[in-house]
Amino acid sequence: MAAGRTTRSGWLRVGGVLARRTVQGVPIVLGILVINFLLLNATPGDVVDAMLGQMGAADPEMVARLRTQFGLDRPVHERLLLYVWNLARLDLGFSAFYNMPVGTLILERLAGTALLMLSSIGLALALGIVTGVAAARRFNTAWDTLIGVAALLFYATPVFWIGLMLLVLFSVKLGVLPLGGMQTIGAEFGLVEATLDVLWHLVLPMATLSLFFIATYTRLMRSSMLEAYQQDWVRTARAKGVPEGRVAYRHVLRNALLPVVTVVGVQIGALLGGAVVVETVFNWPGLGRLAYDAVLQRDFNLLLGILFMSSVVVVVVNIVVDLLYAVLDPRIEAS
Amino acid sequence: MSYTRRDAARGIAGIAAAAALPAGGARAQAQAGARGGTLTVMLANEPPTLTSAFNTALPLGSVATKMLEGLLAYDANMNPRPSLATSWDVSADGLTYTFRLRAGVKWHDGRDFTSADVAFSAMSVWKELHPRGRAVFANLARVDTPDPLTAIFRLSGPSPVLLSALHAYESQILPRHLYEGTDITTNPANAAPVGTGPFRFREWRRGQFIMLERNPDYWDTGKPALDRVVFRIMTDAGARSAAIENGSVDIGFFSPVSLAETERLKTSRSIEVTTRGYEYASPMFFMELNLRKTPLEDVRVRRAMMHAIDRRFIIENIFLGYAEPATGPIQRSSPFYTPDVRQYEFNPRLANQMLDEAGYRRGAGGWRFTITHDPVPQGDEHAQTADYVKQALATVGINVDVRRQDLASQIRRVSQWEFDMSSNPLFAMFDPALGVTRLFWSENIRQGVPFTNVSGFRNAEIDRIVAAQATERDAEARKRLFWRLQQIVMEEVPLLYLLEVKYATIANRRVRNHTTDGAAAFGNFADVTIVR
Repeated sequence: MAAGRTTRSGWLRVGGVLARRTVQGVPIVLGILVINFLLLNATPGDVVDAMLGQMGAADPEMVARLRTQFGLDRPVHERLLLYVWNLARLDLGFSAFYNMPVGTLILERLAGTALLMLSSIGLALALGIVTGVAAARRFNTAWDTLIGVAALLFYATPVFWIGLMLLVLFSVKLGVLPLGGMQTIGAEFGLVEATLDVLWHLVLPMATLSLFFIATYTRLMRSSMLEAYQQDWVRTARAKGVPEGRVAYRHVLRNALLPVVTVVGVQIGALLGGAVVVETVFNWPGLGRLAYDAVLQRDFNLLLGILFMSSVVVVVVNIVVDLLYAVLDPRIEAS
Repeated sequence: MSYTRRDAARGIAGIAAAAALPAGGARAQAQAGARGGTLTVMLANEPPTLTSAFNTALPLGSVATKMLEGLLAYDANMNPRPSLATSWDVSADGLTYTFRLRAGVKWHDGRDFTSADVAFSAMSVWKELHPRGRAVFANLARVDTPDPLTAIFRLSGPSPVLLSALHAYESQILPRHLYEGTDITTNPANAAPVGTGPFRFREWRRGQFIMLERNPDYWDTGKPALDRVVFRIMTDAGARSAAIENGSVDIGFFSPVSLAETERLKTSRSIEVTTRGYEYASPMFFMELNLRKTPLEDVRVRRAMMHAIDRRFIIENIFLGYAEPATGPIQRSSPFYTPDVRQYEFNPRLANQMLDEAGYRRGAGGWRFTITHDPVPQGDEHAQTADYVKQALATVGINVDVRRQDLASQIRRVSQWEFDMSSNPLFAMFDPALGVTRLFWSENIRQGVPFTNVSGFRNAEIDRIVAAQATERDAEARKRLFWRLQQIVMEEVPLLYLLEVKYATIANRRVRNHTTDGAAAFGNFADVTIVR
């Protein structure tokens, strides 16, 4: 039923949704920007305090010079207008702490974050669906209980602890996987070797982050499968003599996927936020750590840049998910 | 004869002695037998940039000092040794310092190093942009460069601290040809330094590592021994501990892992822990009191607080031995130190009695009064010390409200004087004029500027001492001024001096010569070797 054939009117409907959502997205992103700006300016201390705190020495001329250099001596509304004006020209500004353009800093970390998040979500999605289906098909058996307990355990265990334990086991005790980082430092690799090297470094952080996601997907998949099994058309299919395996995969699974797609959409939307904890434990150069450091350093241009990009991604992913619904399920009016 | 001349002579004599002694030379050679290899150093924080000529942040100093150099280096007793300056002479009136510069030194980009670089760095960088520079080089009027290998510092008044302030971390020489006429603080060379040091900048992947490589044209022929130095940025303490344990990193400075982990790692046969190498920085741990607040303006209250805190307890249970009780603002290892000051033994009964006598009777709930405390948010030790201090002061009826926040918030609060009590680990530096006087001098009461006299302490004799030591050219007389300063500070206790912090350097035993003087983390690593 969900595999609705896309007709001419269907495409028109999709086009309408796209246009409407895009127009709605602009004020949302702008609103987020202004709220972020005002919130950040309300925090105690600024980048000069953070910088001097790390220097352990200061004099009045230096404090005044730095505040002027970073434009902190100007009133808030003036700085906000300047920021929006620069943004309109696609300029994310200059990071006071790193002394670099914000755009460059974000781009440097984007690949690392995308690789870690997408691979973890991908792996977790595949495994989560398999275990979720297995649990639902063996409902109320020892298998179901085992999967349920394992999922709950991984969900409840702090990610940093799992990460550190995996590090101690595979890097310190067994010595088979690298201890953090994204690549072997200073190695002269060709393209293939460099790719394999990154994948080798990816194994532990990806596994750690996946364990958390798998738990969510397993539980979600299991419950929506069980719900779908209750439907009339499942009984009809069984009555027609459709084999049990075919019922599970062709009829129940496809319908049970919708809520999982929703959750994946939300998680991909949060992609740019990265995974601060996993990135920190595994020394993975991602946006999460950059954002966290930006908070501590009061590097507001950098933080605003990351938040702005994140809000754009969230809005875009939401539009895509809405469109997917409109395409997949004709009953859903994306209004 | 001034003390600076004697020190200079001693420094040169030391070099001559090292060259003349075959035994010492042979041993050095055997130690330096291992050549090549990569030294991996862990950094707990990403440095903001890689030049410490105008930014004194710790991770930055650790990296920059391998690439950029100063006029002088210092031995284990903090006597000056030649670096980019081969000899120096101080005029009889102490107003002219003549530095002879090393010949044939090249910047990493191939240009000649000359006295013009020294003059530019001193006048446009140190004196203008360094957080301590304006104070240290206050009397420096100009730098003359009669020829490319002579730099003459002309002073408007004597400045005995000058020869102590020319280390590569404190006063770095930048290449004039890359900086002149640019905005120095945003110059791209800050993140990719061109120096004269034993290592050249190669790559900085932010969030991952900084890689330096051997400078084959280094003036100290045959050095450095290492091919590469890699600084890995590892923000998680657990991961740092695992990395030193499995040998993926070789060394970390400034207590890179928790002290409990340090104690555990110490039992490993492949790991060495030392607390030497921090004499240059002389880290002190103290609590600042806001003397503008009642009843902290009362010296009897401050003295009672000193008696109420058991520093032995803090050292044994929180710092796990990585600290010593401070008797005053200057470390025991310093030549300016005196133990002859008012002592505050742990005695809560005496403290209670003193508070009673001062008229602060216990009121509702047994409290005499309530104060806020903003501990420095750096590491578990400081958080735990704040908890201990809260309990310790509670036993004498002082209610402490501990406020937790991040560093920027704490710095803002304290520097704006919106605090009662705060804690601070701060470098006293090996010359007290660099790191100690700033905390007590009444002319350094400056709202909005951290690491100044935030207590608001005013003492006429301290002010006279601070002024006198700045121009006192007789070394013994200058020491006596600082002895007196320590006595007054411990008499008046504007700050509660608790501990001399002993940072741990954790290294794999295959690393040799990593701690040869009092500024190991800020050394140039030219002599460091790795034995495989």
